[in-house]
Amino acid sequence: MAMYLLRRLLATIPVMGVVALFVFALLHLSPGDPAAVIAGDYARPADVQRIRQQLGLDQPLHVQLAIWLGHIIRGDLGTSIFSGLPVATLIGQRLEPTLALTVCTMVIAVLLAVPLGVVAAWQAGTWIDRLVMVVAVLGFSVPVFWLGFLLIYSFAVRLEVLPVQGYVSFRQGLVPCLKHLVLPSCTLGLVYMALIARMTRASVLEVLREDYIRTAHAKGLSPRVVLLWHALKNAALPIVTVIGVGVALLIGGVVVTESVFAIPGLGRLTVDAILHRDYPVIQGIILVFSGVYVLVNLLVDVAYTFLDPRIRY
Amino acid sequence: MTTTTIERYCCVRALLLSVGLLALWSAQALGAGGTLTIIPHADLKNTDPIWTTAYITRNHGYMIYDTLFSLDDKFQPQPQMVDTWNVSTDGLKYTFTLRSGLKWHDGAPVRAADCVASLKRWGKRDGMGQKLMDLTASLDVVDDRTFTLTLKEPYGLVLQSLGKLSSNVPFMMPERVAQTDAFTQIKENIGSGPFKFVQEEWVPGSKVVYVRNPDYVPRAEPPSYAAGGKKVLVERVEWRYIPDPATAQAALAAGEVDYYEIPPVDLLPLLEKNADITVAILDPLGTQGMLRPNHLHPPFNHPKARQALLWMVKQEDYLRAVIGDPKFWRTCGAYFMCGAPFETDVGSEPLMRQDFNKAQQLMKEAGYNGEPVVLMDPTDIPILHNASLVTAQLLKKIGVNVQVQAMDWSTLTSRRAEKKPPAEGGWSLFHTWSTGADVSSPINNIGTSGGCEEKAWFGWPCNAEIEKLRDAWSRATDLAKQKEIVVELQRLLYETVPYVNFGQWFLPTAYRKSLKGVIVSPVPFFWNITKEG
Repeated sequence: MAMYLLRRLLATIPVMGVVALFVFALLHLSPGDPAAVIAGDYARPADVQRIRQQLGLDQPLHVQLAIWLGHIIRGDLGTSIFSGLPVATLIGQRLEPTLALTVCTMVIAVLLAVPLGVVAAWQAGTWIDRLVMVVAVLGFSVPVFWLGFLLIYSFAVRLEVLPVQGYVSFRQGLVPCLKHLVLPSCTLGLVYMALIARMTRASVLEVLREDYIRTAHAKGLSPRVVLLWHALKNAALPIVTVIGVGVALLIGGVVVTESVFAIPGLGRLTVDAILHRDYPVIQGIILVFSGVYVLVNLLVDVAYTFLDPRIRY
Repeated sequence: MTTTTIERYCCVRALLLSVGLLALWSAQALGAGGTLTIIPHADLKNTDPIWTTAYITRNHGYMIYDTLFSLDDKFQPQPQMVDTWNVSTDGLKYTFTLRSGLKWHDGAPVRAADCVASLKRWGKRDGMGQKLMDLTASLDVVDDRTFTLTLKEPYGLVLQSLGKLSSNVPFMMPERVAQTDAFTQIKENIGSGPFKFVQEEWVPGSKVVYVRNPDYVPRAEPPSYAAGGKKVLVERVEWRYIPDPATAQAALAAGEVDYYEIPPVDLLPLLEKNADITVAILDPLGTQGMLRPNHLHPPFNHPKARQALLWMVKQEDYLRAVIGDPKFWRTCGAYFMCGAPFETDVGSEPLMRQDFNKAQQLMKEAGYNGEPVVLMDPTDIPILHNASLVTAQLLKKIGVNVQVQAMDWSTLTSRRAEKKPPAEGGWSLFHTWSTGADVSSPINNIGTSGGCEEKAWFGWPCNAEIEKLRDAWSRATDLAKQKEIVVELQRLLYETVPYVNFGQWFLPTAYRKSLKGVIVSPVPFFWNITKEG
């Protein structure tokens, strides 16, 4: 297992190298000039050119790439050409809100979706199954921003029980933190609940057709024990995969939800950086994201070994 | 009551009164407390108001820096950091003495040397500053509080320049900071202004925090635009950037924020209905829309093609499309803003009378043969996107083969620097806007510059006569003469058409009724405001 983990971690390096090259090329070949954005609308063309020179943006692309890669190898993600703050600092500022939103969303999604999926599979073909599936379809069909506005209007504006927007760190109190996370987590949670519920249902249904489930029933085990201890455990692999993908997507940033609820997360940081052509920030974030995706995939693969003892690396 | 008891009673009363008065004076002097939460019009991406012309950075500058002079509501420069000044009889030497007790946020005293360095840095970037520096023989420090500015020839805009209202504002910085190259961003945010920037709480894209500067000594005069006393009556100001307008409006309605700088026009009716919210136009000058042609390439390298645009445009069409409610806009034929000191409608007849036949005729006379006209459309800015759609429609009406190219604003700012022909990656037309403070005089309004490819703004109009008149205006030493020059200049501008003014609008601000003392000004200021309740 240790060698497997080491091999996987080492394999991350060429993956991130390719990502780095691709992102660099895509950014610098796209239209847009950060120097023009920095200088502002009323700057003269000559001023824009001077700023470009100061930022090194007038250097040949291969020189800019070499400089950037040199910094990356030393562990330096660079500095925002707008704020002058290190990219690592900017990511660090946004990490807590993103992780908090991710955890809350997945807790809500998993706690709802897995039982619903199991019940739907158990009662396949009945009105319960159809109801759960309708809810699931609605969950990933409803636009996130619409649902977000609806929840804001209902709970924040009319009932005034929850805040409209923003994020409060858990260091300033767990209750205020959770209060600010309820609405965005529910908004996003519905989407992921839908995905996980459908996957759970499909996976559990397949397992329920297995011989060992028939054997379990024949042994006189209760339906609850059969479902939870035999069926769900064996159906867990694809469910864990979907949850892992969901976590990676959430950490990558859910821009719409972050914009609607004004949460200073990684998604908005990425989009703002793209709109302003803040090259170091874009490059740094995408490099970090690619590392996160690889790591999450690795954790999911490791989780398989706990869920299915037949899987060994 | 015995004498001793009376004495004790009076002593206690006197003590209580003193404590009460002290508390009241403290509240006035130290701020009434509380946090003022603002939704700004943009996110603060960088903090150097000399490095960038971005308005959000200008607004940040006003929070933490101060200026030698400031413009009042009559656009007259008033002393701010300066205590006294005098001008030599030949008009060449200005001597400025700073107010005593001015301190930087790190506690060091403000010195004349700081001001000299700051002016030099500002003069390298700002148009008005460059003009002043070109005419300046020397800036010399006399002592810690006094410096002189010696001109090469008399110049009527010295104090106006030092009190410039909008980007780039000549903010004063410590000498070590002001010695940063003008094309490199400063690394410290230390000013002498009414607020201090809390660097450790800055989250670019989300939050900016300022606290009251307890060492700031405001002037005694009442506030008037950027001039007068800057009394801070809250302890803390937070700028919270909320990108979604519906969320921002809901946050204001719920009382989570106090002030929404520029709500979108379609949300105004909702805000106006809210009994706890005031919707008011705080910027009396408003904003001017600009349709900018490319003077380098056909068809708009020909003045008749540009004049055709004047006959084509009807300001009401644009203003309805971009703003909507007529109470927030007005038509205006003045290049230098209606409601501003140099308003005139001389020469504006072609703009104020739409005539498609005349426009078509002029395009023909300009030699237009149906070649594609590239109109850049920034779809991420609703006002400019709507204006682009109107222009596209009108161009089609006068027989122009218009190609609307959708892009984001960042791409537009990069593409408008291209001098190639439109068919090779250049452009023919784009829209933008400018706040009134930035176009209210010939020297400020860089859109009117005829400085050709070397000196003019994007679009590159080239007209030596315009430059002569702009220069003459800046050297005129009395208002009557300046107004005379403006009339002649505007007549010429309507012949050469550096850009088309597609209208003037006033975007209101929305704020909670608990806020008192909000200043009416072309630039938003957050001193003088108290928060009740």
